[in-house]
Amino acid sequence: MGIDRRDFLKMMGASAAAALGGLVVVEDIMKDIALASKSSSKPGAHSTSRLAMVIDVQKFKTEADYERVINACHSIHNVPDIGNPKNEVKWIWTDTFEHTFPEQQEEAHMQESLKELPFVLLCNHCENPPCVRVCPTKATFKREDGIVMQDMHRCIGCRFCMAACPYGSRSFNWKDPRPYIKNENPDYPTRMRGVVEKCTFCVERLAEGLEPACVEASKGAMIFGDITDPNSEVRKVLNEAYTIRRKPELGTGPNIYYVIGGTNNA
Amino acid sequence: MYNGGKIIFGIFVFVALAAYPVYNNIGKATVEPEPKIDTPAIQKLSEKKCVESKEFMKAEHMVLLNKWRDLAVRDGQRVYVASDGQRYTISLQNTCMNCHSNKKEFCDKCHDYAGVKPYCWDCHVAPKEGDHGDR
Repeated sequence: MGIDRRDFLKMMGASAAAALGGLVVVEDIMKDIALASKSSSKPGAHSTSRLAMVIDVQKFKTEADYERVINACHSIHNVPDIGNPKNEVKWIWTDTFEHTFPEQQEEAHMQESLKELPFVLLCNHCENPPCVRVCPTKATFKREDGIVMQDMHRCIGCRFCMAACPYGSRSFNWKDPRPYIKNENPDYPTRMRGVVEKCTFCVERLAEGLEPACVEASKGAMIFGDITDPNSEVRKVLNEAYTIRRKPELGTGPNIYYVIGGTNNA
Repeated sequence: MYNGGKIIFGIFVFVALAAYPVYNNIGKATVEPEPKIDTPAIQKLSEKKCVESKEFMKAEHMVLLNKWRDLAVRDGQRVYVASDGQRYTISLQNTCMNCHSNKKEFCDKCHDYAGVKPYCWDCHVAPKEGDHGDR
């Protein structure tokens, strides 16, 4: 069965109209894509502040100084003390110079005292956080003020973020953490088995106008504030002292700065 | 039919067992759950009202909680402005449970009745319920 000339022309007309309509839709989609890429090209482009921390390594003199800071954080946030390093959950911890700044190992004849010094480590709240990029559920995300935040309600425990983080800032709850919390803080939630947790720069305290718990407990060894504010204390410290960051060559843009040297060496 | 008597007897037993919940509850009125609100914190309130109206909270509290969760965690906004203009701190543990410190007599009453198991308490710390349901 063939088609006659009249039907053929009708079909031509109909398909031409459909194609034109399709073009309009495609154009709209392209516009949307262009808009989306414009707004997301720079993470946190709309934000006005950038929260950062400076840690003055030389002001941590004794074991008690570290413990005070770590306990302040872990007790407030119901971080369990499991004991076994394989199941360890930590928001703030210490490690050696060698592990903290591996790229600085070329400095073979540097100040010897530094090599034994433990360094306080926590989430770097990166400018370009790899953990956020890999999270399949957007459970971890970057707030406009720069904090890399974790939404426990969304975390499915895939641990991609742990693999992505070059600083080891994230811990997985292999077991129910509740039995391992010595003194449960009734004002803050715990976590459940199967989620990843890390430091949140104390968002709940910042909302009340308080400083992060570690900063408060550090007696001036840790300084916290908005790095874009020229009058902030962090800005002033950064202007005065030479600081280094952990693994800046990876391009994550860490926001924790370490003052290493100083005239009053321990 | 082979073994007809046994089969019919078996069917009868099966129907009797399967239908047990139906005829056991026929004609019985189920006791409606009555969540209690007589906690010390609520007693102290001059006007006994929740964040929103009682009817709204009864039907939509889970919607409000989801909204609160997103506001606090994702948007960093920790103050809720109720429909009457009153401001509340967004916190399940510190706002809701501060008044409703009797989780067993309040939350669990309806949730058990309706057979729902909200996973809030996997992480959020429920108030310690002592002698008077106050923490």
